[in-house]
Amino acid sequence: MEKIIFYSLALIMIVFAIASVTSRKMLRSVIYLLFVLCGIAGVYFLIDYNFLAAIQLTVYAGGIIVLIIFSVILVHHIEMELEIAKISKQILVGLACLIGLGIFLTTIYSYEFKVVENSLTTTTSDIGMKLLSYEAGGFILPFEVISVLLLAAMVGAIVIAKGKKLTDKNDETL
Amino acid sequence: MISGVSIYEILTVTSILFFIGVFGFITRKNLISILMSIELILNASVINFVVINKYLYPDMLQGVLFSLFIIAVAAAETALAVSIIINLYRQISSVEVKDTETMKY
Repeated sequence: MEKIIFYSLALIMIVFAIASVTSRKMLRSVIYLLFVLCGIAGVYFLIDYNFLAAIQLTVYAGGIIVLIIFSVILVHHIEMELEIAKISKQILVGLACLIGLGIFLTTIYSYEFKVVENSLTTTTSDIGMKLLSYEAGGFILPFEVISVLLLAAMVGAIVIAKGKKLTDKNDETL
Repeated sequence: MISGVSIYEILTVTSILFFIGVFGFITRKNLISILMSIELILNASVINFVVINKYLYPDMLQGVLFSLFIIAVAAAETALAVSIIINLYRQISSVEVKDTETMKY
């Protein structure tokens, strides 16, 4: 049963990822990306990391996709066709990607992974305790650093997107 | 772990997703499309972290925590990139890569 769900999720993810990078309608390609991200959340549910799946759904499907749709609507006519690369360049890049994929897969399949059979469940409280522990192997310092980084990124985004002030001095330049 | 699915199959799927992202990153001509391809690449690497944690070291949590950090960095990066794109559109009325050829000075 889980096998069937995983294979259908993998099929959905790959098909919609290809559709997302080749579609010529901007808004449609964003929606295809949304399906890929939901499929990834489904994989997290399958391997029993419920907290991570919830994070994936809220941050990506709820936050980033909405942000990208917002910027698409702000800067494009919705039905505008995108220009795409020359067909020769596309074939060249596709071939390079296939060669890289072949190298990846031969490396992966020639390595013996020591898989531990288990059915452990990770609760959210485990993740929280580990994230806030200050003993050896704890993650309190990266946690604080990432929170400062998020704050700095938000302030920077506001400052950059605000642009120039509309005062009398630079009215004629705008 | 998923019963009946080996780690090789999941790593195959994530490698395919990663190279689809690389393909889109190189062939697209639009800044927002390039941003979406970067999201695909980041997500493929996040699945790798999580899967290797679950299959090889199930009593550890390092992979999950690092994937949380990657998601936070990706969110910050997207917010900054969208603000830069909007500012660029305000100045040159375009978000195509070929039109963005001058810097500030």
